[in-house]
Amino acid sequence: MNKLILGRYFPGDSLIHRLDPRAKLISGIAFIFISFLAKNSQGLFLLWLFTFFVMSTTRVGFRAFFRGVRPLIWLILFTVFLQILFTAGGTIYFNWGPIKISEYGLANALFIFSRFVTIIVVTTAVTLTTKPMELTDGLTFLMRPLRILRVPVDELSMMLSIALRFIPNLLDEMQRIMDAQKARGAVFGEGSLFHQMKALVPIFLPLFSSSLNRGEELANVMDVRGYRSELPRSSFRRLIWKIKDTVCMLVILLLIAAFAVLNLI
Amino acid sequence: MAMRLRLDHVTADYQIGPVRSPRVLREVSMSLQPGTFTAVVGPTGAGKSSLLKVLNGLLLPQSGQAEIGDITIDGKSSKRLLKAVRKRVGLVFQFPESQLFAETVEQDISFGPLNFGAHPRNVHALAEKVIAQVGLDESILYRSPFSLSGGQKRRVAIAGVLALEPEVLALDEPTAGLDPTGKEELLSLLKQWNKQNGLTILMVTHDMESVARYADDVVVMEKGRAVFHDSMRKLFEDTERLEKWQLDVPDARRFQLEFEVRSGTRLPRVCLTEDELADALIEVGRV
Ligand SMILES: Nc1ncnc2c1ncn2[C@@H]1O[C@H](COP(=O)(O)OP(=O)(O)OP(=O)(O)O)[C@@H](O)[C@H]1O
Ligand SMILES: [Mg+2]
Repeated sequence: MNKLILGRYFPGDSLIHRLDPRAKLISGIAFIFISFLAKNSQGLFLLWLFTFFVMSTTRVGFRAFFRGVRPLIWLILFTVFLQILFTAGGTIYFNWGPIKISEYGLANALFIFSRFVTIIVVTTAVTLTTKPMELTDGLTFLMRPLRILRVPVDELSMMLSIALRFIPNLLDEMQRIMDAQKARGAVFGEGSLFHQMKALVPIFLPLFSSSLNRGEELANVMDVRGYRSELPRSSFRRLIWKIKDTVCMLVILLLIAAFAVLNLI
Repeated sequence: MAMRLRLDHVTADYQIGPVRSPRVLREVSMSLQPGTFTAVVGPTGAGKSSLLKVLNGLLLPQSGQAEIGDITIDGKSSKRLLKAVRKRVGLVFQFPESQLFAETVEQDISFGPLNFGAHPRNVHALAEKVIAQVGLDESILYRSPFSLSGGQKRRVAIAGVLALEPEVLALDEPTAGLDPTGKEELLSLLKQWNKQNGLTILMVTHDMESVARYADDVVVMEKGRAVFHDSMRKLFEDTERLEKWQLDVPDARRFQLEFEVRSGTRLPRVCLTEDELADALIEVGRV
């Protein structure tokens, strides 16, 4: 539970911490597309260079990022091996029935691996350096155009920020209930799958019940304090676009341009 | 078959993801005699709850060891050993009603005994026994725990731990959030189990009035250390250290101290209840 690093905030005061959440979100999304632009070895090098630049600028420490990649490592390796084993083309190094290890296969695998890892690292960098509340504010702003399509953007953002706010409480509460059931002799993570599932009932039932209660209380409190979803909302935290945010966008544009040039030559 | 609890230089902390928390217990050594009613007091964050978790095998010592009767637990104890410890030391968490989950009270109470290998045929009798012990009617066994009042839920949750038939009962602020009557009733039940069944009781509390009325011994925790472990009277005699640890005194004792300052007469002994105070005042002829 405590090992999941994706979606955690890591307090700090680095340049990336101080960027506007909107700039970080746009850059993060842009990077996902950019990673598909890397088509040759120079491109690959540039991709990794940028990723290391981002990692070191966050000042969070490389270990945190490795921990972000670790939960997904099997998925990544699985895809990589599929690529290696079933892509044909170029020089064939090994051939056994449908399984071929070829030049193209190895190259493809390398690109896919790099895309996976750099995307995870860069998006982790965004969530590690942005407070959940800032992230929601940024998302709300970016979703604003959807209002034209009658998407309830403000309600969605309110729901999102409440959900984010209560995740730590929920984890604490879960830990407490698990301890309490352990004290009554419950054992978790042992025995057959059926047994393990059954062992979860004494945790999740109390957890659901207390979450529902808490949700109802929160709804009442919001009602009492006059929350109306149909009225326009103002915001306590203001997002302010600064020069460094513009610079950040320029860096991203520069990166795109660099890839365009690399792919032309 | 009296069982002794001993802590030997226990140091412990929590693992929070990649980092370890600062020490929450530092070199705690103590020994609890069987059959005593011991209160654990101290400011918030002093490590009282963590102390109970060590005795129950939920928090393992980083160094040092805990002896629960003839079982010794240290940082490397196996799950089987820990389970054996949990059968001997029943732990009632703070707000234990949040752990209720089953369809009926009876099923919830049976959860613990069944986990420890009790025969399903015997648990009904056990449930009847413990529900009576906590002062509730038998008919409640067939109701849903979620339909009960707060005080009833609390008692059912305690019954669920009593059903393990532990030799030591450790409770974390069992009276928090109860009304005064409910609180008195619960504490006298505890005292009764302690006196009649010889159950060793270790209770974390913030309420010095109940310490004065029910506890034999007191452990004072401060910043992860056990700085005092002696009889309850010794603690309340020591006005200076009480102040240093920012511990309250019972109303009667506060009255006595105030009275001694204003009148210049010293009462013959430390008075912790209204009755003791009245007797002492009569003795010195001031009433
Ligand atoms: N599950 C946990 N994970 C990490 N740290 C914890 C955990 N539980 C307690 N702590 C820390 O351990 C220290 C001691 O906590 P503990 O709960 O033992 O104190 P306490 O004396 O019971 O306090 P209180 O009177 O408020 O209940 C605190 O600093 C707390 O922040
Ligand atoms: Mg506590």
